[in-house]
Amino acid sequence: MTELELEDRARFEQLVMPHVDAAFNLARWLLRGRADAEDVAQEALLRACRFFRGFHGGDARAWLLQIVRNTCYTWLEKNRPMELSMEFNEEIHLQASATPETLAIAGDDRGRLIVALESLPPRFREVLVLRELEGCSYKEIAAITSIPIGTVMSSLSRARRQLYSALANFAHKGAVREV
Amino acid sequence: MKCEFADSLLQGYFDGELSGRRTAEFERHLQHCAHCSAELVDLDMVSGMLRLTPLYQPAPVSLRRKIDAYLRPIEPAAPTSQPFPWQWLATAAALLLVAIVIWRVSPELRNDDYQAELAGEIVEAHLRALQPGHMNGVASANVGVVKEWFDAKIKFALPVRDFAKAGFALNGGRMDVIEGRSVAVLVYEHNGRPINVFIWATREPDTPPRAGYRQGFQWVDWRKDNMEFCAVSDADPADLELLQQLINSSV
Repeated sequence: MTELELEDRARFEQLVMPHVDAAFNLARWLLRGRADAEDVAQEALLRACRFFRGFHGGDARAWLLQIVRNTCYTWLEKNRPMELSMEFNEEIHLQASATPETLAIAGDDRGRLIVALESLPPRFREVLVLRELEGCSYKEIAAITSIPIGTVMSSLSRARRQLYSALANFAHKGAVREV
Repeated sequence: MKCEFADSLLQGYFDGELSGRRTAEFERHLQHCAHCSAELVDLDMVSGMLRLTPLYQPAPVSLRRKIDAYLRPIEPAAPTSQPFPWQWLATAAALLLVAIVIWRVSPELRNDDYQAELAGEIVEAHLRALQPGHMNGVASANVGVVKEWFDAKIKFALPVRDFAKAGFALNGGRMDVIEGRSVAVLVYEHNGRPINVFIWATREPDTPPRAGYRQGFQWVDWRKDNMEFCAVSDADPADLELLQQLINSSV
């Protein structure tokens, strides 16, 4: 069933499998849901198995995350094309992501942060997740997302500012509701 | 007024990505740029929140298992409905003999360790069954069709039932091999998750259900009417218990 030879399989387990959490986490934040993330992360990992012969050493995490990211975008293009074309808009995004699940958790700080992060366009969300949650360097982010380092910096800057204003927007709305 | 460095050097400085020389240069800039200084405080707040809040979502066990199962495929040991390969049958007979000898000679093996080991094998079989294209049995929701498929393969009256009304739809059945003995498997689906119920003949007295957890899967094992049942799934333990009750009351 698997196309990996024994030797490759051992290398795959040693180099790639330690990054399964990173793969799932990135997919979870790009797709905004655990069930979709599990399916897409699985597809990406199986794809990584098939392409493994093409991996000639280097940063295995960045290599895997690049595949995960591409698989996520292909999935989004097919299933939620609107999400990719939409630029950041507080109202639309905060409503779009306000599912019963997110509303239920939006009551606490963590919930508000999740909703705010999910309100960012995927291209901003991913640089934040890679930098702040995954601890990637600019060079790694550039390799994973196939964008120049200068663009990594400007994306991070805009992403952080938008997250800040989304959180401020929440604080404002929360204050209004409490009155 | 927004500073021209806010989108580039400021981020690099904040993230510790600038060279020593450029860091020193930017620090001189910071001393007289109110915008960058203020923005640095915001950056610190947003970044701090992201890092201190538990947002990281580790992979579920089920994902890891699926990849492991793909990397280490275990050749399906169960014969299909094709003519029986005699060589396999001889091996199975030998294994069965060994199992019987161990069973008789060392009763201490039949304690919890044994139970856990058995459950381990059954979970492995469940995992094998989750692989795409593994299903070499009968895929049908029709009780009659499934029963007939099993008729030629097992010597006891297998209780084939459909509990679709209670949320456990019969999906089919297949034969598997657990510890060298042929075992019937009924496949149910509950909330989109497969539940495998392994059933084999036994001479042991009836036992109440015992549950356990292994490799991310829940199992429930019990004996009734000279049959041993073991249901395995990653479904909720309460769901598995419900299926156990449904099966038990139908036997």
